[in-house]
Order: sequence, then C-alpha cells, then structure tokens
Amino acid sequence: MSQTLFIEGGRVIDPASGVDGVRTVVVRDGVVAEVAERLARPRDVPSIDARGRWVTPGFVDLHVHLREPGQEYKETVETGARAAVAGGFTAICAMPNTRPVNDNASVTELVLARAAAAGLARVYPVGAISKGSEGQELAEYGELKAAGCVALSDDGRPVASSALMRRALEYARAFGLPLTVHEEDLGLVGKGVMHEGPTSTRLGLRGIPAAAEDVMVLRDLALAELTGGRLHVAHLSTRGAVRAVREAKARGLRVTAEVTPHHLALTDEAVAASGYSTDFKMNPPLRSAEDAASCLAGLADGTIDAIATDHAPHSPVEKDVEFDAAANGIVGLETAFPVCLELVRRGALTERRLVEALTSGPARAFGLPGGTLSRGAPADVAILDPGAAWTVEADRLRSRSKNSPWKGKRLVGRCTITLVGGRIVHEEAAAAS
Amino acid sequence: MIGRHRHLLGLADLSREEIVEVLDLAVSMKEVLRRPIKKVPSLRGRSVVNLFFESSTRTRSSFEIAAKVLSADALNWTASASSVTKGETLIDTARNLEAMRPDVLVIRHSAGGAPRLVAEHVSCAVVSAGDGAHEHPSQGLLDCFTLREKLGTLQGKTVTIVGDVTHSRVARSDIHGMTRLGASVRLCGPPTMIPPGVEALGATVHHDLREAVKGAHAVVMLRIQHERIGDPLIPGTREYSKLWGLNARKAEEWLDEGCVILHPGPINRGVELAPEVADGPRSVILDQVENGVAVRMAILYLLAGGSAEETKA
Repeated sequence: MSQTLFIEGGRVIDPASGVDGVRTVVVRDGVVAEVAERLARPRDVPSIDARGRWVTPGFVDLHVHLREPGQEYKETVETGARAAVAGGFTAICAMPNTRPVNDNASVTELVLARAAAAGLARVYPVGAISKGSEGQELAEYGELKAAGCVALSDDGRPVASSALMRRALEYARAFGLPLTVHEEDLGLVGKGVMHEGPTSTRLGLRGIPAAAEDVMVLRDLALAELTGGRLHVAHLSTRGAVRAVREAKARGLRVTAEVTPHHLALTDEAVAASGYSTDFKMNPPLRSAEDAASCLAGLADGTIDAIATDHAPHSPVEKDVEFDAAANGIVGLETAFPVCLELVRRGALTERRLVEALTSGPARAFGLPGGTLSRGAPADVAILDPGAAWTVEADRLRSRSKNSPWKGKRLVGRCTITLVGGRIVHEEAAAAS
Repeated sequence: MIGRHRHLLGLADLSREEIVEVLDLAVSMKEVLRRPIKKVPSLRGRSVVNLFFESSTRTRSSFEIAAKVLSADALNWTASASSVTKGETLIDTARNLEAMRPDVLVIRHSAGGAPRLVAEHVSCAVVSAGDGAHEHPSQGLLDCFTLREKLGTLQGKTVTIVGDVTHSRVARSDIHGMTRLGASVRLCGPPTMIPPGVEALGATVHHDLREAVKGAHAVVMLRIQHERIGDPLIPGTREYSKLWGLNARKAEEWLDEGCVILHPGPINRGVELAPEVADGPRSVILDQVENGVAVRMAILYLLAGGSAEETKA
C-alpha cells in the first residue's frame, strides 16, 4: 500500500541539492519522491500546510548523550529521542560513555533496540575507542561496526596515550570508522572548572587554558597524518583548534570538526553573569569572546563541518551543588535551532550554511544516510517556524533533564513538525494553531 | 543591609559608599571593643551561625567574638570534608541550619561561589568568610579599615600586594576594596602566581619586588601556602624567600618611611616575612586582627538588622 504526503507552501532549504525556495515536497513510502515548484495534489492525498515555514532535511546530531544504559534517571534513549525530534533532529549519534560503556555489541544492540521501540529519531550508536574508555586497550571495532556503530569515541575523556591513539586511528581504517575525539590535555586542565582568563580570575575559579585543547588537536592532526585515519574533532572550542583544523584541511587531511551551539552563542562571561550557575558548566568550557568568534568564522567558512549539541543531561543531584563539584554538560537538542538562528539574525552565518551544518555537513562527516531532501533520500524532514517566539520552560522540555542555560529565556525559532521516514514523530501543539 | 545588599558575598558588588558605611560603623565598634566591659545589647536575641567547610581559627574566632560582643548567640558548625562526602549537599546543610532560624549565616568554603549558592537557597543573611580563590570580603574590609586608620585615607595611596595572587581570595577582595577607596594597587610575584587577566580588576602587575614596593604606602604580604608548592608554581620556598620575601634589609632599603606592612595570617616566618619584619615597627599585623573583630561586628550588625539606638546603649 502506497502512502503519500504532500508538504506544501514551505520554503525548502536543502543545501545538499542546492534548493532554496518555495517548493512542494512529496513523500512516498518513507522516502522523498519529489521536490518541485508546482505540483497538483490528488484529492485524497493528505498534506501539511508549511506556508511561512522552512522545510529542511531533518537535523543530524553527531554528539548526544542518551545515558542509557545505566543512568536512566538522567535520560533514556526514548526521552532523548523525543527531545531530538522536538528540536528538529531526526538522526542522533549516541555517545558510548554509558554504564556499562558501549565497547561491545551487546550494549550497541541494546541502544538500537530501545531506539527501535521508541520509534522516534534514528539513533546511531558510537562505540568506544578503548575498552571501558579507559585508554588502555583498543575496543573491538569489527564487532562494534557489525552491531551498528557508526563512529568511535572515548568522549568525556581524551585518549591520553599518543601510542594508543595512533593505533586506534590505524586500526579503525580497516572498518572506515571515524574517530570522534574529545580533546584536552589533562595535565593542563588540572582541576580547572572554567575557561582560564580574566573571568576565571575574577570569579576565583580554577581555569582551563585554551591550550589544553589546542595541544591535543595538534597531536591528533599529526597522528591522522601519520596513519591516514579519519579524525573528527568533537566540540571544538578554541581559536587555536579552528586554526589547526583549517590548516590541516588546506593540506588535504581527511579531518572533520563539529562545534556546539553554546560555544558559538555564549562566552565565559556568562558564568559570571549567571552568578556561578552550573547550567553554564561544561567541558570544554565556555571560552572567550575571541574563541567564540573564531568558531563562528570557522563554521561560516566550512572549516567546521557540523553543529552538534553535545546534549548532556544531568539531574539536580549532579547540578545543584557548588560550581567546582558540578557535573559538566548541558542539554541542547531542544534549543539548538533557535540559538543558532540567532547567529543568522546577527549576520554571522547565512541561512544556507546554518541548515547545511545541521544536515548534510554532519551526515557527510560520518557517512550517514539523510541530511538531504534529494529524490530517494529518507523522508526525514524538519518543518521550522523561524519567527516563533517561545520561552524555554524546564517542565516543558522533553528531555528528562533540565540543565539548560536557556531556561527561562525567550528564544525565536522553533521546530513545528518533524518527520522520520515519512511519519510525523513530532508536532508542536501551540505552534500548529 | 549593607547599602542595597542583604548579603556580603564579595567586595566586587559593593560601591565606595557601601564600603565606607561599614568602615565608619566599625570605628564605633572598635571603641566598644576597647571598653572594659565589652558587651552591647545591639543584637540580643539574634543568632549567628558560623558554617566552616575549611579549617580556620582566626576568621571563625573573629566572627564568634564579634557576635558575642554584640550579644548575639553564636554557633559554630564545622563541616569536615568527610561529612560532605557522606552525601549531604551544601544546599541541604544550609537549609538545615536555616531551619534553626539564624539571622546570619557566615560561610567559608573551598569552592568559589559557594556562599552565593547558599544565599540563593536561604532567607537569612549570608556572609562569605572566604570562598575558594574568589573573595574574602571581611578580610578586604579589615585591610581597608587598617589602612585608613594608619594612613588617614586610601585616596591617592599605593598598595603593593606580594605573593600567590592566583590562589588568593584576600588579594581579590583587597583589590576591589582598595581601588574603590581610591588607592592604586600593584601586584607582585613570580608570573606563575599572577593569574591571567588580573589587570582587568584594576591592578598593575610587577615581577620585581624592589620595583613593586618603590614609593608604596603599604605592602600586603600574602601567605605562601606550603600545600600548594606541589602545584608547581614555584621551585620552592628558598628561592621565593630570596626574591619575593621581605627581610629587615630589604624593608630598610626599599620601603619608604611610613610604609606599613600587612599580612592576612598565619605568617610563614622566614618565608614571605622575616621575623624581625613581622614584629617590627612597620608591621600592623596585630592591628589587623583587632580591627577584624570591629569590622565583623559592623558587618553582622548591619546584616542582622540591629538598630543604631541599641549600639549606643
């Protein structure tokens, strides 16, 4: 039985196929059947009225923490996927720092089974680089890939041993898996809890110098060059890291990078302005205005391939404590679009580049399906209202955790409808009226 | 209330007028302290809880005496690190203490911002008695009080702070307080002990002690904390003492006549200060201790809402 749906009247922005204009998107049997300017809709075919909306490929997030298995009080695959589709994300990569760590097929399979049961966003597990992410022995990449992992990471911590990192990059080549790396030199980080600079000095909080990230990015670029391995720099946050990646790409190295909405939109000054609020504590920390500007420039010029949220749910147990003692991380799936849209309004980013960095940019970095509305692609679609103003309210967030720096803030731009495989998986009640 | 503030969390928040309000009141508090019968009923029936998560003798005792002279009841709650690891959060501890209905909660904590977190969750007044490397506002105020007493004013004066500014909450409060009152502040120490961007607080940075103290009206010598030497900010105390410590010869040759020496205590004799300097004529270290009680009386009085009438009684 053939199922058809017309999405009519919206402005289709699909950088991968070069489309930007009012089009009708025809969805048939879960895939994009056609995108065209004028199409007559047969009488009995249902439609979505997207006038005044943007119609884009569903967003792809390379960096999400779903906390299942092991920390279901913070998030589950289902609640995380619900938050994802509410934010316009139709594909999310689940980081392996669960309990136990996703370093073997049974954990990968569990995550995939939970994702299938939820039936919301597509969930792509990321396997561990080292067993238990302990940085000692390589995990079994062949098994992880066969079970469904799309990349490898010890996220949450760096691969401290250069020798292990070298072997990981080499060994992963056999499976074509990218390594997505959390870059920090733990010696330089020490007991730091925020970016080192005038603000950390004023607040009396121990600082993490930007160089802690720079030296590891430079090391791994050298190792990627040595091994020919596929390196993806996770949550890049410093001017030095942007410069290093830009230079490496110019040399032809196969490297990609992502940046989070918060490292683009916020600076270390927000820690002071919020009065030490732990919703502004994450790793890497919010950096200087100069670093944020470099990240933005790097995103605009294509040095940085993707916007990734580093969605990191934590409960009040981890967050309602002293800044020094609080866990790192914030939730981001439901606020990413409006926060980044603000950068477009500031003139720092084009609409096309924003959509690209949320869709085809990340899809290409990890070789994932989707990220485009070209004919035959999966009908993963975000329908967005770029003018909808809304207030971020903790109890209305779909994520199980509420650790957002935008709580109580008014944002402009919202996902109103999300389709995965042609099926509506999210519809914003208020915005639909 | 201190001016607009219900709490005293740092001097960065205070205006010049608010600082002067505390210092002026501390003058009459010091007079009370010097009476044969050191007791006024100003805060009778009020209670002050000292909640200390870090060891401290001088600051805690100073707050305790200040409360008692004003007839407030004082309770000391020393939270050992172990009770914290047993699971009670800072917010829970603070709420439990608040349930005992104190008027003022004095808190010392190793984490910057901890007193602010407490202030957000309790209804009584909160006074920071030092939080991490952030601020130690009562120490900053007592240093300002001492300088005003010894130099007449801070307006146009130069104060040099020497030592581990990176880890020093005293230095930060001193910089805020002293610059508000019109002094120029110089910082001196090895580059590892000068935190990045500290100039933004309104101080100048020097690495040569002789140059840093030249023409200064006061020198604040910070304590070199042995426990931090493993951090490796300096190779050891021997070279530190030689280059950044103050001995009798340097004090004699480098300091202006009338330049006073302060130290927040406890002193490492022979490291940052030679004994003959600590006990010498320029030293106002014991005045600082006495003034500390007077300044804390003023702070408690203002925040516990005592009335001016009662002080005079």
